[in-house]
Amino acid sequence: MNKNKPATFTLDGKTIPFSAGQTIIQAAMAAGVYIPHLCYNPEFKPHGSCKLCTVKADGRHTSSCTHHAQDGMVVESDTKEINDERRALLQMLFVEGNHFCPSCEKSGNCQLQATAYEMGMMSPHFDHFFPDRPLDASHPDYLLDFNRCILCSLCVRASRDVDGKNVFALSGRGIKSHLIVNAKSGRLADTGFSGEDKAAHVCPVGVILKKRVGFAVPIGSRSFDEQPISATPHPSPAAATLPPHPQVACPVAPRSDDPAATSDCERGLR
Amino acid sequence: MGVESPARQKKRFSRFAIIESLLMSSPTGTHAEYLDPILIRHQHNANDLLQILIAAQDHYGYIHSDAIDHLSEQLKLPRSKIEGVSGFYSFLHLQANGEYRVLFSDNITDRMLGNIDLMQSMCSQLWIEPGKVSEDGLLSINTTSCTGLCDQGPALLVNNIAINHLSPERVNAIAELIRERVPVSAWPAIFFAIKDNIRRKDILLDSHLKPGSALAALLQRGTHETLHEIRKSALRGRGGAGFSTGLKWEFCRDAPGEQHYVVCNADEGEPGTFKDRVLLNGYADMVFEGMTLCARIIGASKGFLYLRGEYRYLLEHLQAVLQHRRQQKLLGNNILGHADFNFDIEIHLGAGAYICGEESALIESLEGKRGTPRNRPPFPVTHGYLNQPTVVNNVETFASASLIALHGGAWYAAIGTDTSHGTKILSVSGDCERPGLYEYPFGVTVAQVLADCGAHDTQAVQISGASGVCIAADEFERHIAFDDIPTAGAFMVFDQSRDMFEVARNFVHFFAHESCGFCTPCRVGTSLLSNMMDKLAEGHGSPYDFAEIEKLNALLQSTSHCGLGHSACNPVLDTIAKFRPAYDKRLAQKDFVPAFDLDRALSQARQMTGRDDTGAHLERSHEQK
Repeated sequence: MNKNKPATFTLDGKTIPFSAGQTIIQAAMAAGVYIPHLCYNPEFKPHGSCKLCTVKADGRHTSSCTHHAQDGMVVESDTKEINDERRALLQMLFVEGNHFCPSCEKSGNCQLQATAYEMGMMSPHFDHFFPDRPLDASHPDYLLDFNRCILCSLCVRASRDVDGKNVFALSGRGIKSHLIVNAKSGRLADTGFSGEDKAAHVCPVGVILKKRVGFAVPIGSRSFDEQPISATPHPSPAAATLPPHPQVACPVAPRSDDPAATSDCERGLR
Repeated sequence: MGVESPARQKKRFSRFAIIESLLMSSPTGTHAEYLDPILIRHQHNANDLLQILIAAQDHYGYIHSDAIDHLSEQLKLPRSKIEGVSGFYSFLHLQANGEYRVLFSDNITDRMLGNIDLMQSMCSQLWIEPGKVSEDGLLSINTTSCTGLCDQGPALLVNNIAINHLSPERVNAIAELIRERVPVSAWPAIFFAIKDNIRRKDILLDSHLKPGSALAALLQRGTHETLHEIRKSALRGRGGAGFSTGLKWEFCRDAPGEQHYVVCNADEGEPGTFKDRVLLNGYADMVFEGMTLCARIIGASKGFLYLRGEYRYLLEHLQAVLQHRRQQKLLGNNILGHADFNFDIEIHLGAGAYICGEESALIESLEGKRGTPRNRPPFPVTHGYLNQPTVVNNVETFASASLIALHGGAWYAAIGTDTSHGTKILSVSGDCERPGLYEYPFGVTVAQVLADCGAHDTQAVQISGASGVCIAADEFERHIAFDDIPTAGAFMVFDQSRDMFEVARNFVHFFAHESCGFCTPCRVGTSLLSNMMDKLAEGHGSPYDFAEIEKLNALLQSTSHCGLGHSACNPVLDTIAKFRPAYDKRLAQKDFVPAFDLDRALSQARQMTGRDDTGAHLERSHEQK
């Protein structure tokens, strides 16, 4: 490597500089290039589980949040092949849980929803699992709607690594994996959880919700209603304080080549 | 234990019930009585959490909620972590799961031998549904992944102890023993008589290695020189991946770290594989000796044998072998009188998680965590157990290393083919007269193995387990070798009467059950695949579904986190390519049919009303066409 020349790799043909130890996604974000992701949050140690940030590095699939950048590496991200794969992964997440966007408090601030729009996801495509996931509204200030959990473990990491509380953990295995809280009763109210915790503010979807502020900002005026997730450098799920904006209508008809397809409005993507 | 009279047993059990009811209402204090000795044995080491939970569960057959309080306090671990770990492993339970926990092995070979009928028979005799606990808390019956007894199936585990050769008579007898509440330790010994079934011996199975002889050879030849011999032998890992053993040991030796570790992977979970079971039963000294050689070479003083929970019945024997080796100065401090040669081996049990056979997941499990594969690199040779340099090798690899230390690398390299040196042990099961272990020099043809095991009219062979390859008759001249058909050892034979679609479906269910759940594609994709295969099996399949299966396979292969997701599609892709008619006959529908079946959705209502007449059924729309 030439000492005078900074280390770089190419991302879809664009030259991206990086410093030693940076992962592909870190370097890309620093250069203002969006790579879709859900379980990655720059504030936490990369996890590599959602696989949305999958890219092809020198021809091989890899998670860009855990793969270190290398000088001269050729990375493909915004290609039809990879975006098709990302869309399928998003569809998997949508059918695995119960995601009913029209009635969800997180609609418009939800990274899952926004990423699905970004990737042009028109239908859930796969058969729904419709899991039975009861709500936990025991805590005076927060409620947990496990229906929307995508198992990104950001709350687990935040509670463990930042709050030092271990309020959240994953249990079960495979399709039965699920979020649990640190209480014998299994109720959030009996944990040390507080609204001041970092863990209260990292959920990319609508699991951890503050009570009594629901729909304070109307749908249509929320973060990703204002601009798509790709134009939001570090999407902050808590940011919902943008000025009012007319509600976006459901824009696109379902693809005709997909027999399982129904429009977003019917399926409840929004 | 002698045979007790039923009256006496009843008395003993009712006493147990009283004690239990007392415990149920009592605080943590009482749990301390049985938990503290366990904690002391493990020096309150949180890294041993899985081992502590396995031992703790013995008390009630499940991990009591109050017991978690005590463990949490003593190990200074959050409750959520303990529950998270318990929830990951199939053999750990957080709720009462019956005094008798019966698990029928559900590999395809068990299926072929009628395990489902036998399970249904036991369920009806004991008035219980599979997967549920009887109302009196007496028992539960369920299926479990392959228990490694394919050569003597159908098999089951009762309270983690293996029973082989299930027949209707044996199942009746077991049902009676459970009904009479006879403790498992008093059941007829013949039920638990697991055979080795060694059918063909070569250098390894016929070696009669004298304990200590390979270590003596190492000390005489020198450490560097012995590593050189291992490199010269061209020994490659026998767990399936086939990485150079000498290179792995060298990398680990050269990796900086406070401690180095040796880990023997005896989590033999690949369906159809059972060679490690036999090696550990009859050749444990060779395996431990190989680990000790490795320790000397890489500079480790501690090793682990990670034994799959299904093989728990081997634990006592293995502990005895270790103890004997300590007495012989082949383990412990000053091995064979060398003041700087200290090494000991600890046995860790698995608890029903196939994924822990993946080396980084195995290390997570050794550290008392959920068995989730790590992001790699770094690899275990530099960052393994407790982030220290660690060698993880298969049972057979360590045993082979002992032979090489004794006889030299050139001797070993001369056996086999130009690219695959030495021998390979195959676990042969399925449609053949003589299932069991066959050791061959590399290069043997599939046809030769089939002839030797007495297989007739063979349609296909699944080699290297569910994640391996399916070989059709026109490929039987292919060779068992790294550059042709690499294998971890499974060799399941299917004759012309078998439905290869059902074989693939069994494996797909296996992967869905064993997916760790960490990454999206494998967690959701294996279950979607499983549902799609079920849809085809139920006659709702159309060419559309077929295309969907292929698309899903491609996605799993490109985006999954580890080998489980990558290989979960192999059985389907192979059988589609080679046994297409088995699929075609399932594609009954020309046009897309939803998986949702309205008539089936009414089955609960029919069950509740006790009706099954035509009026209680809907005509299916696609059948009208």
